[in-house]
Amino acid sequence: MANLNIEIGGLNFKNPVLTASGTFGYGSEYGDFIDLSRLGGIIVKGTTLYPREGNNYPRMAETPVGMLNVVGLQNKGVDYFISEIYPKIKDIDTRMIVNVSGSTIEEYVTCAAKINELEKIPAIELNISCPNVKEGGMAFGTNCGSASKVVKAVRKIYHKMLIVKLSPNVTDITEIARAVEAEGADSVSLINTLLGMAIDAEKRQPVLSTVTGGLSGPCIKPVALRMVWQTAKAVKVPIIGVGGISNWKDAIEFILAGATAIQIGTYNFIDPTVSIKIVDGIENYLNRHGFDSIGELIGNM
Amino acid sequence: MKKYIADWTIKENIPFNDNECYLLKLSLEEKIPIILPGQFVQVLVEDSSTTFLRRPISVHFVDKEKNELWLLVQVIGNGTRKLSERKKGDRVNLIYPLGNGFSLPEDKSKITGKLLLIGGGVGVAPLLYLGACLQELGYSPEFLLGAKIKKDVLQINEFGKFGKIYITTEDGSAGEKGFVTNHSILQSGGFDFIYTCGPKPMMAAVVRYAREKGIACEVSLENTMACGIGACLCCVEKTVRGNVCVCTEGPVMNINQLTWQI
Repeated sequence: MANLNIEIGGLNFKNPVLTASGTFGYGSEYGDFIDLSRLGGIIVKGTTLYPREGNNYPRMAETPVGMLNVVGLQNKGVDYFISEIYPKIKDIDTRMIVNVSGSTIEEYVTCAAKINELEKIPAIELNISCPNVKEGGMAFGTNCGSASKVVKAVRKIYHKMLIVKLSPNVTDITEIARAVEAEGADSVSLINTLLGMAIDAEKRQPVLSTVTGGLSGPCIKPVALRMVWQTAKAVKVPIIGVGGISNWKDAIEFILAGATAIQIGTYNFIDPTVSIKIVDGIENYLNRHGFDSIGELIGNM
Repeated sequence: MKKYIADWTIKENIPFNDNECYLLKLSLEEKIPIILPGQFVQVLVEDSSTTFLRRPISVHFVDKEKNELWLLVQVIGNGTRKLSERKKGDRVNLIYPLGNGFSLPEDKSKITGKLLLIGGGVGVAPLLYLGACLQELGYSPEFLLGAKIKKDVLQINEFGKFGKIYITTEDGSAGEKGFVTNHSILQSGGFDFIYTCGPKPMMAAVVRYAREKGIACEVSLENTMACGIGACLCCVEKTVRGNVCVCTEGPVMNINQLTWQI
């Protein structure tokens, strides 16, 4: 039996399969379909210092083999998370990671500091790549200077494993990856959604309330794979690959491109059991090819 | 309520209206779990290259004796067209049961008047099972079904099993001419509770009527959604409590929750 354990920033995961923020709620939404403890980790919904109502409806447009969304980080704020949600999810036997976002550096810092105090949250994923908010979000992640600033500020007060989620909406993602690595990020996850747009030809108007939105799903996989491969050559920290993964084969491709772990996002909507199928599929693959551990496969092509 | 994911088998696929609409009767090997009227299922469409997301479809009827779930589906795009081409014996993957469902007045003594179920076009779908459940609880539901033309008034025989039917068509080819809210039954009034599902303009007209008359009313919304289980937050409706997911806190909402400017 191949060993699926991985380590990122000193933190062990039972396997490399995590679920992506914004596609898996707080985990419990999927508890009827799968045994959550079989996952490597769950990255919960983007959390901000203050409650956010998110964007107006319509927030979603189906695209060929994918979808656009403009949810806009709807969440009840970090204090609500700590008092109401954390007690219900803290004992799920997997790595529970909070995705942290903000409109200003101070908001990121204060939110991260509060989550630093939660015993059962061993890591955060810093979201500097949300394309669906007017201020903050992607604005931080598309420029080396601002990406460095926010990671540096959070690193000062956040003492556990720090993942930074990168935006693909940049000229060179490896520059941003290097910048956040230099400020102390333990890992980078990529890619967040690609900025896209949908128009209703009959109504002659945009489909989404905010006109543009984030594209996800299998249609973005080749772009994500390419960016993971490029980034793996540019940084030393472990990479978490995300973008369009819908089966174990996709997951293996990301690991071969250099990812240490992967996240399943949009495909959870199509098949709420897909994450466990991918855990099993990776294990079968390793056994079939005679690998003793997943580590042997990372970047091995 | 516990949610499930499973393959169902098509027992019958009955087309009507020149294949614009069809009735899928699905069965499950094990006993169908409790499904509430107004709940929906997420249907996987596997053979359409342009269909990525599951299709949320409301529960039309649950035949407990035959262990069958009925879905009434209108062909809108490629996904529903592909689904309409499925044959008897084919398997269809569903996530079920989803959403909250209509509120059923358990205590009959609390409602002394009449219940009116207003549906438009294919929006009549959830009202059949609702009517059946209300009849089972001892009520005498009445149905007001609206459509553009006569052939679009769906499932009249089925609705007739559970209560009195009133019809409107826009061209007057069946029942009274006009929209549902023009029907004379609404002038005579006397309804205690209205349930409605259909196109948004129709529901808006019904909501306006209910507000004016002070009648309790529930609407079934059909906001576009992705996951159906409260994870993606795409299908939100702006309510008096802020944005809430139609897939988990709906699709049925009491009109006192809505912020529609009508």
